[in-house]
Amino acid sequence: MAKIIVVTSGKGGVGKTTSSAAIGTGLALSGHKTVIVDFDIGLRNLDLIMGCERRVVYDFVNVINGEANLKQTLIKDKRVENLFILPASQTRDKDALTKEGVEKVLNELAKDFEFIICDSPAGIEAGAMMALYFADEAVVVTNPEVSSVRDSDRILGMLSSKSRRAERGEDAIKEHLLLTRYNPERVAKGEMLSVDDVQEILAIPLIGVIPESQAVLNASNSGQPVTLDQDSDAGQAYLDTVSRLLGNDVDFRFLTVEKKGLLKRIFGG
Amino acid sequence: MSLLDYFRSTKKKTASTAKERLQIIVAHERNRRSGPDYLPQLERDILEVIRKYVDIPADQISVSLEQRSDELSVLELNVSFPDEKR
Repeated sequence: MAKIIVVTSGKGGVGKTTSSAAIGTGLALSGHKTVIVDFDIGLRNLDLIMGCERRVVYDFVNVINGEANLKQTLIKDKRVENLFILPASQTRDKDALTKEGVEKVLNELAKDFEFIICDSPAGIEAGAMMALYFADEAVVVTNPEVSSVRDSDRILGMLSSKSRRAERGEDAIKEHLLLTRYNPERVAKGEMLSVDDVQEILAIPLIGVIPESQAVLNASNSGQPVTLDQDSDAGQAYLDTVSRLLGNDVDFRFLTVEKKGLLKRIFGG
Repeated sequence: MSLLDYFRSTKKKTASTAKERLQIIVAHERNRRSGPDYLPQLERDILEVIRKYVDIPADQISVSLEQRSDELSVLELNVSFPDEKR
């Protein structure tokens, strides 16, 4: 049975697509057949972050409309085994995703994949609702900043009331908090909400903390999911996150200010 | 805490301000989410009636519906009147 995981946040620009790409890639690296689905109709960007923008022929809406089949549309990643991307359409028709159409596509993907990652658009409009509707689990991407935390709480309300699981009275969507752009130095100075602060307010289990990192922009510049940069702090933090998603107990890293040793101070690093 | 920090800490850190503000607004919005849809309008109507007699700011009123048990829900109305200043 495939597991459907929505990556969502409410607020834009907090790292949903970066996280979808990084988590999807991490799952595939761990040997699980994974597809990442871009739900941001009209503002497709997952293809760019994954570095396959020039290989897009058909898209999600083409499949729903029966203009192409999944085999023609899915883009197979060239770097990682078991990893596929379903690109969003660039149409301006906001109602292009129907519940029936999305369900049909997800059911077909579920036959073939272990994990289906739904990269949600920002906001609480139809596209975002569609991305979370069929989910079994949700990764709520949050920055340690007031508007992001508030919007995440709003999305948590949607997850518990507007999803298929909620409508059917089934077990609730399993929610995970993913804190991104975390800066331990500013937290130590009292200038940024800490992990504990955010967790206390949102009251959902923590799945990962991604430090603010140069590696993330470098990764998106070159179209490489950051999990492939395994020497980087952000790449490692995402791999830890994936391991926790798979049920492993992994200690949290990058939460405190790194104390620079004498050698590092002299030679840099 | 060093002596220097002691003097610095007289100014409140912004992170703790952020946390307090969030705790209040999130609790408020959750409360509203869990209540029936008519609650915000009910709140506005009650505010209008009170304002006929006493001028109170909009944030000095709160209405919530609490489910005490399967058969009993309690509508709680909280209005703070301003200090009498003459």
